Amino acid sequence: MDTHAALYEQGKARLEALRQLAPRQQQSLVEKMQQHGISRRDFMKWSAMVTGMLALPLPFSNLVAEAAELADRVPLIWLHMAECTGCSESLVRADTPNLDSLIFDHISLEYHETLMAAAGWQAEENLEHALEAYKGRYLLAVEGAIPTANNGSFLTVGCKGHTGLEIIKHAAEGAAAIISVGTCAAFGGVQAAYPNPTGAKGVHEVVSKPVVNLGGCPPSEKNIVGTLMYFIMFGRLPALDMFNRPKWAYGARVHDNCERRGRFDAGEFVEEFGDHGAKEGYCLYKVGCKGPYTYNNCPTERFNHHTSWPVLAGHGCMGCSEPSFWDDMADFEKPLGRQLLHGLDATADTIGAVILGATVVGIGAHAVASIFAKPLEE
Amino acid sequence: MSKRVVIDPITRIEGHLRIEVEVDENNVINKAWSSSTLWRGIEVILKGRTPMDVGLIVQRICGVCTYSHYRCGTEAVENALGIQIPLNAKYLRSLMQTSLYMHDHIVHFYHLHGLDWVDVVSALSADPAKAAQVALKYADNPIAAGEGDLRAVQERVKGFVETGKLGPFANAYWGNGTYKFTPEQNLIALSHYLKALEVQRVAAEMLAIFGGKSPHPQSLVVGGVTSVRDMLSPARLQEWKQKHAIVTDFILRAYQADIVMAAEAFGTEPSVLGGVNVKNFLATNDFVLANGEFMFDQGVIMNGDLAGVSDINPDLIAEDVSHAWYTADAPQHPYDGTTIPNYTGFIERDTVYGKLPTLDGDGKYSWVKSPRYQGEPVEVGPLSCLLVSYARGNKVVVDAVNGLLARTGLPVEALFTTLGRTAARMLQTVIVAQEGLKTFDALLVNIQSDKTTFVKPNIDPNKEYVGHAMIEAPRGMLSHWIRIKNGVVENYQAVVPTTWNAGPVDANGKIGPYEASLIGLKLEDPTKPLEVIRIIHSFDPCMACSVHVMDFKGQALSEFRVSPNGQ
Repeated sequence: MDTHAALYEQGKARLEALRQLAPRQQQSLVEKMQQHGISRRDFMKWSAMVTGMLALPLPFSNLVAEAAELADRVPLIWLHMAECTGCSESLVRADTPNLDSLIFDHISLEYHETLMAAAGWQAEENLEHALEAYKGRYLLAVEGAIPTANNGSFLTVGCKGHTGLEIIKHAAEGAAAIISVGTCAAFGGVQAAYPNPTGAKGVHEVVSKPVVNLGGCPPSEKNIVGTLMYFIMFGRLPALDMFNRPKWAYGARVHDNCERRGRFDAGEFVEEFGDHGAKEGYCLYKVGCKGPYTYNNCPTERFNHHTSWPVLAGHGCMGCSEPSFWDDMADFEKPLGRQLLHGLDATADTIGAVILGATVVGIGAHAVASIFAKPLEE
Repeated sequence: MSKRVVIDPITRIEGHLRIEVEVDENNVINKAWSSSTLWRGIEVILKGRTPMDVGLIVQRICGVCTYSHYRCGTEAVENALGIQIPLNAKYLRSLMQTSLYMHDHIVHFYHLHGLDWVDVVSALSADPAKAAQVALKYADNPIAAGEGDLRAVQERVKGFVETGKLGPFANAYWGNGTYKFTPEQNLIALSHYLKALEVQRVAAEMLAIFGGKSPHPQSLVVGGVTSVRDMLSPARLQEWKQKHAIVTDFILRAYQADIVMAAEAFGTEPSVLGGVNVKNFLATNDFVLANGEFMFDQGVIMNGDLAGVSDINPDLIAEDVSHAWYTADAPQHPYDGTTIPNYTGFIERDTVYGKLPTLDGDGKYSWVKSPRYQGEPVEVGPLSCLLVSYARGNKVVVDAVNGLLARTGLPVEALFTTLGRTAARMLQTVIVAQEGLKTFDALLVNIQSDKTTFVKPNIDPNKEYVGHAMIEAPRGMLSHWIRIKNGVVENYQAVVPTTWNAGPVDANGKIGPYEASLIGLKLEDPTKPLEVIRIIHSFDPCMACSVHVMDFKGQALSEFRVSPNGQ
């Protein structure tokens, strides 16, 4: 069975259903693009780019374009829990599409505390209104972990003093889909690191619905926007890995697509920051790079309009899109070799062995990779 | 008969902030309470970890002033270990800070603070042709303010408003009498709001060039900076300079112009001509221009006495928790504090919105502690930074401040207002952008003969280390304090800008800058307290920063599971 054909049909049906809903804006996206001098051709190029990013075949770019035009039918509610606002900051840096387009032309942003004009009582009214008016239809994005210790009292939001835990449970009930944006909402993040004094948990641990997890501290703007576009297009979550991360973004190891991979294979390693190897762009494994254990598209998409990513800046990957990375991947400047990862005990000895020498590293980590790859692809 | 007003969430900030005020029969505020409603416990988590990881972890305190905690934490460890980082590393860190400021202050003014000044609905009735003429009053060559630009913006927003589905602009305070811009001025600022969304992305890319990404860059390590290849690449350096030029252009032709416009329009609006009621200011020296030379000076000003500016004495800093949700016997110095969470919850009472859970102002009511300098509350931030440098006779700052006052015709007293605080942030941005090129040039000269970016740190597990770092973050003076024992973190404390500004009343009844700034403010409509939100935003709150202040010296971790509910 051609799964892409089925998916295409599903997308078409979904968009047809969306088309039946009343537009929430009077001008169509096409009219707005004309006003802004964005040609149909530019728009199709953008759609093709998003299609490629989502790992869909090119014919889907028609669906992407159509989805963008119908995006105003999908209300988005974005909630802040125990967080640092870094994920919102990442969203603000989005360039596919530009955030202003995202707000004005694509998505109907009903609630987002960092961006919305209303405050206090009026903000709370907006939230209550959106939860009720778009029940069963809104997309719920959550930024930040949910403190659960002491009945959730380490976080309250709003005049009525509800805990974050209460708010998330309530908002999850009427959500068409839930996206945990960033490692905190996905897996608890930094506040859930040992000893997790506030009992911080990922959203999926406190609600009884499926949640798509966008790991990363923060996730790149592309992974956020791409996931939103996918939902608009198909009305459901994309294919997910064992940690509920979209495979199109988290399907490959950082190590596999790393620009310094050739150096690793050649056994050329930075021994100390700032040394000859650092200036030459040698592999960062020995100064702590966790790329071999991390699944994300950083090497291919990079950050900030493809400007850079940590490895390009000479620092190892810290594994920030993985669950419990603050505990499992530390020390961040030392090779991982002394602990288990995600309970995959069989790999521990192999990892331990690899730090013995450059040549062994090359062989050993390849072996590790093949062992890791299996459970993650299931 | 006094009435209670509850504002939660304060939106358009970083984090979770609740403000409550009590107004008299004339709607004048006579009491105010500031509370942060989130606690994350990051310093507890630091205990027992390698000092090398401290920077990466503390950076997660805040994703808006991202990099600030990264740098401060890293430098606290370097200070403890007695490491002198190479000059190139100092320059790179300074350039990253320059990039951060150019991003952060633009985003704050336009996207977080802007809608307190700009009435979006009023902009719809503007005449774009007239507005284009108005824009020329505040800049010789305004950006995104030609007639065509403005008409396009107006039509775009009009289409949006006509649907009745306002999204992020819904249910706000449009039409409030304290909005003072004309429709044309509102349209200009609205156009810049949208343009700033584009420009801030470029500023973020500046930070990513040497930092790997933004937010949460990843190129600092204890001992230096890792982005040596970017530093040695002429293409990379040029890329930074190019983006710097684009963002600086916007700062001068839009941000600066809009503040001048605001000074004119709001120059007689009472609700923005108070708001600086704690007249003690603290700032540290920062931004390396050359070896040992800084862009801004350090110092303390007490009681508004600029002539009496003195050096910071770190020993005089202490934190009081008598009204914060912690337990302690007395105010404590950051090196020696203890923190035991003691959440006491809300008290139900009548408010302008009916019965609601409210802060217990007589008891404990915030997760923010109250730092004091010599027992006194202190304001930190761009205004404090400029006042200290001004008082020190820093020529660049004196000229910038005097220039703005001359241009707007405002007296020196206008600095000590909400408007002044917002204007100071703009002036600081201009100075950082323009002077930052000196750092860039110094780096170019230095790398001709010196390519060092890192010195290897050594920790003797048998030794104990103590250290701290102070930097001037976008929201004001930030300090991190660390003890290292057995090669791992023994104790960690961050005294953060928003903690200085947002802390609750102390044991002596002295109120902090946020609460003091609201006393005497008259509200047009207490159920729609725009005036309060505007003043609080002028401080640029960053609550996640302020609410992690934690010390675990001598405490078993189990003590942190203290629970009001017996869990």
